[in-house]
Amino acid sequence: MEEAVLQRQAEELKPPVTSVGVIGWARANLFSSPVNSILTIVTVFLLWKTVPPLLRWAFIDSVWNTTGAECRGASGACWSIIATNLRFIIFGFFPNELHWRPFVAMMILFGLLFYSRDRKHWSKYLGYAWIIGLFTMGLLMKGGLFGLAPVDSSKWGGLPLTLLLSVFGLTAAYPLGVVLALGRQSKMHAVKLLCVVYIEMIRGVPLISLLFMGSIIFPLFLPEGININAILRAQIAIILFTGAYIAEVVRGGLQGMSRGQYEAAESIGLNYYLTMRLVILPQALKIVIPPTVSILISAFKDTSLVVIIALFDLLKTTQTVVNNPEWMGFSREAYIFIAILYFLGCFSMSNYSRKLERELSRED
Amino acid sequence: MDTVVAEKIPFWLDPKKRAIMYQIAVLALVGLLAYYLVSNTLTNLEKQSIATGFGFLQKESAFEIGESLIPYSAASSYGRALLVGALNTLKVAFIGIVFTIILGTIVGVARLSTNWLVAKLAAIYIEVMQDIPVLLQLFFWYAIFYEILPGPRQALCPFNGLFLCNRGVAFTIPEAHPAHKYMLLAFLVGCGIVYLIRRWAKKRHEKTGQPFPVFSVSIGIILGLPLVTWWAFGAPVKMDVPKLVGFNFKGGMTVSPEFIALLLGLVLYTAAFVAEVVRAGIQSVSKGQREAAMSIGLRPTPILNLVILPQALRVIIPPLTSQMLNLTKNSSLAVAIGFPDFVSVANTTINQTGQAVEGVALIMAVYLIFSLSTSAFMNWYNKKVKLVER
Repeated sequence: MEEAVLQRQAEELKPPVTSVGVIGWARANLFSSPVNSILTIVTVFLLWKTVPPLLRWAFIDSVWNTTGAECRGASGACWSIIATNLRFIIFGFFPNELHWRPFVAMMILFGLLFYSRDRKHWSKYLGYAWIIGLFTMGLLMKGGLFGLAPVDSSKWGGLPLTLLLSVFGLTAAYPLGVVLALGRQSKMHAVKLLCVVYIEMIRGVPLISLLFMGSIIFPLFLPEGININAILRAQIAIILFTGAYIAEVVRGGLQGMSRGQYEAAESIGLNYYLTMRLVILPQALKIVIPPTVSILISAFKDTSLVVIIALFDLLKTTQTVVNNPEWMGFSREAYIFIAILYFLGCFSMSNYSRKLERELSRED
Repeated sequence: MDTVVAEKIPFWLDPKKRAIMYQIAVLALVGLLAYYLVSNTLTNLEKQSIATGFGFLQKESAFEIGESLIPYSAASSYGRALLVGALNTLKVAFIGIVFTIILGTIVGVARLSTNWLVAKLAAIYIEVMQDIPVLLQLFFWYAIFYEILPGPRQALCPFNGLFLCNRGVAFTIPEAHPAHKYMLLAFLVGCGIVYLIRRWAKKRHEKTGQPFPVFSVSIGIILGLPLVTWWAFGAPVKMDVPKLVGFNFKGGMTVSPEFIALLLGLVLYTAAFVAEVVRAGIQSVSKGQREAAMSIGLRPTPILNLVILPQALRVIIPPLTSQMLNLTKNSSLAVAIGFPDFVSVANTTINQTGQAVEGVALIMAVYLIFSLSTSAFMNWYNKKVKLVER
C-alpha cells in the first residue's frame, strides 16, 4: 500500500508538459518573450513565402535531362544545362578521351587530403606520399612520360585547374611565407625592412593587380626568347600574394613563443638555424595550423579571379557554357551548381579547421 | 690578455660584423634581381617601341565611361579617365561600407539572438556567404538582373516612381532646386555643432555628474537644421519622376545594373564576415560587466552606451577596418562585370596605350594609398582607445 502511494507521488512530480518536449523547447527557444514571438512569426511567414516556391522551382517544376530548347518550355529550373555540359564544366578543354587523367589526379588529391585529416597519420612518410602524389598529379595532367600522351597546358581547365592553382599555390607559398615571417622578426634592419615592405605592399593591393602583373608584365621581365605559359604566370602571382598572408599568420605564431624558448635553445648552444628548425618553428607552426587552413580556403576562393585574365578555371568554363546560345538564359542554374561545389570545398575545410582548433586547445 | 682575446675572434665569427655582411649580401642580391628585371623590361619595351613614363596621361582617351561623378567625355585625357575610375571605386566602397556595416551588425546580433530560428538563419547566412567566391556572387547577381528583369518597356513597377528593368533601377528623386545645396551645408554645420555639444556635455558630465540628453539633441540638430533651411526656401516638393522615353528612362535617378550587382555582391559577401566580427566583439564583453553595471543602478541605455559598447568596439574596430579594406580591394572585381572602377579604366588604358608597367603601377599605388591611409588611421585609433591600466 505504501509503495503505491510513493509511486503516485513520483509520478506527480513530473515537470509540466509545457516545459519539456517539443512544446517546452518551442517556448524556451521561439516564444520566450513577446518580441521573440513576433520575430518567430514574421520569420516563419517569410520562410513560408520564399522556401516552397524555391523548392518548387528547383525540384518539382525542374527539368533534368533535356536540350536547351526544351528547357525554355519548363517553368522550373533547367538542370539540363549541368547534365549536358558537366564534362566541359569540370574538365574544360582537356581532350575528351583523356578525361580519366585529371579525374584520377583529383581522386589522388582528395584521397591524400582525406587521409591527412587525422593528425595521427602525420609523419615523415605522409610528407613523402604528398610529394609523390603531387608529382603524379602533375604527370597525369601534363603527360609526356610513361607513354602518356602530352597535353598542352593551354588545354587545362575546370576543377582540376582550380585545385591545381590553390594546392600548388599554398604549397609553394608556405616556405616563402615562413622565410618572410622570420625576416620580419630579424634583428638585421635591412632584411627586416625588405620583408616589411614586401608584406605590406602585397597585402595592400588587390590580387587582381598581381594577376595583371603576372599576365602582362612578367613577359617583359624575362629576356627575349624565354616564355612561360599563362597558367604558370598566374600561379606565380598567386604564390607571391598568398606568401605575404602566410607570413602574417606565421608571425602571429612566432610572437606567441615565449622568450624562454629562445633562451633555452641558446643555452644549449644551438645556432640560429637549428634554434628555428628544432625549437621555434615546430611549435609556432603548430599554433597557426587553423589560420593556415583559412588561408587555404581564401586561396581556393581567390583562384576564381583568374577568370579575369582568361584562364579556364571552374568559373570560366561555366561562364563559357552559359554564354553558349543554346543555353542562354540559364546562368542561375549553372552558377548555383558551381556555388555548391565551392561551398562544399570551403565548408569541409572550415569545419576541419574548427575541429583542429578544438583538438589543439584541448592539448594545451 | 685583452689584446689576445681580441685577436682570437676573426671578423667572420663576430656576430655584429657577420650581420652586416649578411645584410650587404641580401641587398646586393635584391639589387641584382631588380637590375636584371628592369634592364630586361627596358630592352623589351624598346623593341616593342613603347615609350616609358607617364606622358600618356595627358593624351586624349577616346573611350566613353558609362557612369561618372565628374564631367567626362571621350575627348578628356587618360588622367581624367583614371580619376573618374578612382572616384567610382570610392563611391562603391563608401556606399558598400555603409550598407555592409548595417547588414553585418544586424546579422551578427541575430546570430546571438535567443530566438533559435533567427540565430540558425543568421548562422546559415554567414556560412553560405563566406564559402562562395565573391566573383561568383557578382556574376550571379548580374545574371539575375539580365535574365529575370524585363526590358524598359515592360519594367516592373512595385510602387509608383520605382522601376526595375534590365537597364537598371530608376527611381524618383526631388527635382533639382537651389535649396538642396544649402540643406547640405546646414547638415554639415549641424554635424559640427553636435560635435561641440558632445564634447561640452562630456566635460560637464565628468565635472558635475549631470547627464545631458546628447542623443536626442543631436538628432534634433542634425535633422532640424536642414529641415528649417528647406522650409525657409519655401519648402519645394516637386518630384522628378522617371519616364519612359523611347527605349530608356529619362529623369529621376537611374542606377546601372553593373553598379547594383557589384554593390549587392560586395555587401552580401562582406556582411557575413562583419557579422562574425560583431558577434566576437559582443561575446568578448563578459556577462559580469552588464551585471555590475545593473547593480550600480544604471538603466539599459547607459549600460549599453557606457559599459558594453566601449569595450565591444575596442575588439570590433580593428578587424572591422580590415574587412572594409577587403571590400575596397574586392571592388576591383568590377572589371569582370564591366563597372568602370579604377582597375577597369586602368585596364582599358593599358590595352589602348600599351603602357602596361605604368598602368599596373598606378593600380597598385592607388590601392596602397587607400590601405596605408587606413592603417595610419587605425594606428591613431588604437592609440586612442588603448586600455589605460593603472
